[in-house]
Parts: sequence; C-alpha cells; structure tokens
Amino acid sequence: MGHAINEKIVGLVTGGRLTGIPFEEETESRRIWGDSKHVNILEEVVAVMTKPVKTLGVFVRPEVEALAELFGAFGDTNDIKIRTLEWRLPEHHHIDSPFHFVNLPSEDVAKNIANRSILVKGIYELWGEGSNYEELKEAINNFPDERKTPYLASDSTFRIIVDSLGKVTSFHEQNERIRGLDYIAFKGRVDLRNPEHRFCLLETDDYNSNNGLPPVVQRRVFFGREVGGANRKLLPTYQLKSRTYLGPTAMDAEMALLMANQGMANPGKLVYDPFVGTGSILVAAAHFGAMTMGADIDIRVVRDGRGPDCNVWSNFKQYGLSMPISLLRADNNLPPWRPGLKEVFDAIICDPPYGVRAGGRKSGGRKILKGMVDPYTVPEDKRTDHIPSTAPYSLVECVHDLLDLAARMLVMNGRLVFFYPVLREDGCTDATFPEHPCFTLVASCEQILSFRYSRYLLTMVKTSAYSNEIAEVAKQMHLEFKMNHLKWLEDGNLHSAVFSLSDSQACLEGKLRLESSKPKYRGKYV
Amino acid sequence: MRLLTHNMLSSNIKGVTNGYPLRLEAEKWSVKEVDLNRDFLTNIFPRIEWKPLVDAARSLGLSSLPDDADPSMLNSDDFLKGFHHALLEIHVEEGALICPETGRRFPINKGIPNMLLHEDEV
Repeated sequence: MGHAINEKIVGLVTGGRLTGIPFEEETESRRIWGDSKHVNILEEVVAVMTKPVKTLGVFVRPEVEALAELFGAFGDTNDIKIRTLEWRLPEHHHIDSPFHFVNLPSEDVAKNIANRSILVKGIYELWGEGSNYEELKEAINNFPDERKTPYLASDSTFRIIVDSLGKVTSFHEQNERIRGLDYIAFKGRVDLRNPEHRFCLLETDDYNSNNGLPPVVQRRVFFGREVGGANRKLLPTYQLKSRTYLGPTAMDAEMALLMANQGMANPGKLVYDPFVGTGSILVAAAHFGAMTMGADIDIRVVRDGRGPDCNVWSNFKQYGLSMPISLLRADNNLPPWRPGLKEVFDAIICDPPYGVRAGGRKSGGRKILKGMVDPYTVPEDKRTDHIPSTAPYSLVECVHDLLDLAARMLVMNGRLVFFYPVLREDGCTDATFPEHPCFTLVASCEQILSFRYSRYLLTMVKTSAYSNEIAEVAKQMHLEFKMNHLKWLEDGNLHSAVFSLSDSQACLEGKLRLESSKPKYRGKYV
Repeated sequence: MRLLTHNMLSSNIKGVTNGYPLRLEAEKWSVKEVDLNRDFLTNIFPRIEWKPLVDAARSLGLSSLPDDADPSMLNSDDFLKGFHHALLEIHVEEGALICPETGRRFPINKGIPNMLLHEDEV
C-alpha cells in the first residue's frame, strides 16, 4: 500500500476470549480503532452471564507494540525507549476501553499487526467520530476527499458493518444506521461476502449498569475503513479441547499465541521453553514459524506422553507444524548447556511451575537438601535405570535460574516472556517484579486468577550482554540457594498463601459484602 | 535428538571440567526432511562448535562436511545443504551421550536425551 495515511484510522476488534473461563461460556468481543498516525484499538467485552470476566484488556498495548517492533515500525533503532508507540484513549473512555488510538508509521504495519494480533479485532482508518450522528456526519464530511474517494470508486465492492458496544443493535436498526450514512458518496457495489473495502460503524453507549464492561461515561460513535482484521480461525484451530495431548497446566491457546507474539516468534528464530510440559507454548511459537526447543524435568511428559500418537510431537503433527528441533529432559536448576554456549535463543517463553497448581522440582533429594542424609551413592549395576529423586523448587530460586539462563542464552535484544505469580490483598496487588542487570522490563500485564492470586505476564528484553561478573554473582546465589534450601522453600511457598482457608473465607465474606453495595470492574471499584 | 542438540549439550556432573563434547553412541537413527531456512542457519552457524558436529556426523556415516568451516562458506548452496542436513535432518532415536571425562552415559530414548543427574552427581 503505497500511500501513507496520516489522519485517523479506526480499528474494530471483535471476538477475543481472554477470560480464564472455558471457551463455551465466553461471549466476549473486542474492537480496535486506529489511525495511520493513530490506530485506535477498541476492545469490547460483551457481558458474560454469571461468571466474572477477567479480560486481558491490559495486554493489548504491549502486544501491539511487540508486533509493531516485529514488523519494523521502529526502524533499526536499538534504543528501547524509542521502541514504544504513542497511544491515546477516545474521549470519555475508561483505560480498559476496547478502543485505542495509536501512532503507526504506515498502513502496511497496521495491516500486519491486525492480521497477526491475538487481541486486536481490527485496525481502522478513522473517517470520523462524534458524540452523536450529527457530529459524526460533520467529521466524516470534513475528512479529506482524497483520502476517501479511492475507496468509494464505482468499480469497487464494499460492505458496511454496524456494531455496538454494550448493547444489541437489531437488524432493522443496523439498516437504519447504514441508510443514515447516505451523505458518504459510495459508488461501488455492495458485496457482503468478499468486499474489497470494509467499513465499520461503531457505537459505544452511555450504559451505567455494571455488566462487566469498562465504564463509558458518554455515548461515542465512530466510522472508519478497515485496514486489517484478525484471523478468526486461529483460536478455534488451536483451542485446547481439540488438542490431543494435554496436561493439567497446558497453556490456554489464546494466551500461548499472545505469549508467542510478545516473544516476537517468527521464521528463522529459535524459541526455547525450559518448562515445556505438553508443548502448548511451543505450538504457538511454531505456528508463527519459529524453530522450537523444549526441556522438562519430567521424562514421562516429554518422552512418553500417553502413547505413540498422543505426546508432545503429536501436538505439532496435529496442526501440521514443524517438529521441535529438540526436546530433552533437563533440570532448569542445573542446565546441561555446554560452558561457553551463549546467545543462541531469540526468545525464551515459558510458564514456570510456581507451586500453586503444579509444583516445580529440581535435582537432589528432599532429605539430602535438608541435610538429613548424605547423598545416596547409586550402585554401579543400578545406574542405568536409576530414577533420581528430586526436591521442591522454590519460586525465588526458579525465577533466579530462569533469569540467569535467559541472560546467558538469549541473543541481544532477545525476549524473555514468562508468567510471574503475585498475591492479591484486598483485591489489589502491590507487585514488585524480578530484576536483572541484563534485562529491561518492557511489559507487565496482570491476569487476575482469583481473589487472592493473579499472575503477571512479564516481557523483558535483553539490553546488556552477559558478563563474567554477572555469571559469578549468579553462581554464588546458586550455592546460597543450595545451602539454605529449607529457608527458601518456606519463604516462597505460594500454594499455602493462595489457598490458606481461614483468610480466604474472611476475604470472601468481605468481598460479598462490598459487592452488594458497589459496582466493580476488574477487581477495582469504579 | 538432532545433532544441533548434541552440539549444545555437555555433561554437567559436579566436578567435571571437560564435559564437552559428549561422545555420541547411536543405536538407531533416521533421516527426516526439514525445510531449509537460510536465516536460521546463518544465525546459528557462529554458535556451532564445528569439530564436534563433524565428528558426530561422521560417527553416523555422514562424511560430506568439511574439516573446517567459516562464515563465508554460507554463501555456497552445497555447503548450506550439507550443514542443514547434518544439523537438523538426522534424528538419533536410541543411543547414548557419553561424558568424555567420566564415561557416564546419558541415555537417548525415543529421541529424548535424558540429561538429569543422579543424586550423587549434583
């Protein structure tokens, strides 16, 4: 697309399901609006019946920024501070609104982002917006003709989609709205199935009921031309319920694809998951064409699965994806990479075991690390089939090992994308995230999982090289963890904190009391 | 296990200082075609220890790799094909990786190398 759009693009996004609720029960949709200087992403959440909605609205901007970088929106700059986009919210919209305006350098970039993004429903060139239809008409009429006429030509086909946020528009009303646009000189032919140009008329209403949507203060109407839209077949294809081999903590398909986008997985790149499990994250990375590698401490998971046609390999085969380059059994605490090997992975994407749903394990027996017994010397004749004992792996140590591994093994500007658990108190978090001299944190997105517990998807970029000094400090820390195994284990026991019964009962009662009196959105009172 | 993985792994048994390269003992292996990705090969080339790759490939009867390699050879399609084939298309299904210092066998079973250490090795 040769011409750059420098006025407004509005994007409409519909149909995500970042909720943590089983797919069948989700009826969420999302919209995005943008302009070539400002792409506006509108994300809409249509009410989910009885269950609380935990949207991933906060994940939208980081995802768009990661993809913008992937598609070259920032040129060759290595300055991490420059690699962000300029965002603006539509007037009277809540920060979690599905509509955003954003600066993008070209229509091509906008199109690529929209086509690949998991959360963006669409990116649109905004022709006009207003508080009512009169204002909208004025805005559209003021939008430069040279920007409109190429898309209104008589030999083209088009379609207008009418959508609303927070309410249902009847078929009749939709037709009325379209007829109301007769001041735009559409000369082309209508084609509902396969139009060359798609236009979108979108309304957000001034509802004040607490229906799980981000609060909107005032009615707002947008009209725009679609620059790019989401691939709707993606999520149904990868949804977990049709996956052959699953484990108890397999990453939800939408989240896995989102993580792969945060990690900028692409053909020619190598992505590693040190806690591979059934491979759900690597499947997403492979979908975007990346080469993959995975390790796990549990050999039954990586090697055996549930049979010859139900294992990690078969999950890739099922979707016709390239097989992982390597799956191996290894301990993240004592990684088997050769000394001197560094800067091989373009991204490390993982969901470390934090002990809330599944506990992490590392080498060395429980009793050995407690100092109760000396290491068991395996008799020579039993070495071949010996199953080494493992010990629980505390959260702090696990994160320390992960950061150290990533700092060493990622290429410069490579990305570390992982989940980090956080306890919530009184419905709020006061999260501090792990830091490392090699990394710059570029995104932290909270996904609320329960009243007491949420997890942050952290995206870190390697901005400094791994030095001998850093390696030495990490080695000392490793020994310190080994010496004080018990202490770290007690400090980092997330499971008991999340599931402590008496506390959660009290919280629950308090929550119920508050809920009845105040409207609530995303765990915060509004 | 492909030879790329072999090239990256070492024996990390406590006290072992020369755990690399692991000696490859393959009992069963197969060749599976993989699409050649020039970018990937170019990116990974500087990370490869060439001699261990050549030795591993030769132990499996593959003699097409030159004794030495430098980045300029990546411009040759023949070299690239040979490199790609050795690195990514040979799958060792059964066998072992052997620590050069202690002789400890890390078994490869169903294509998965088991690098986990015993209690007395950590």
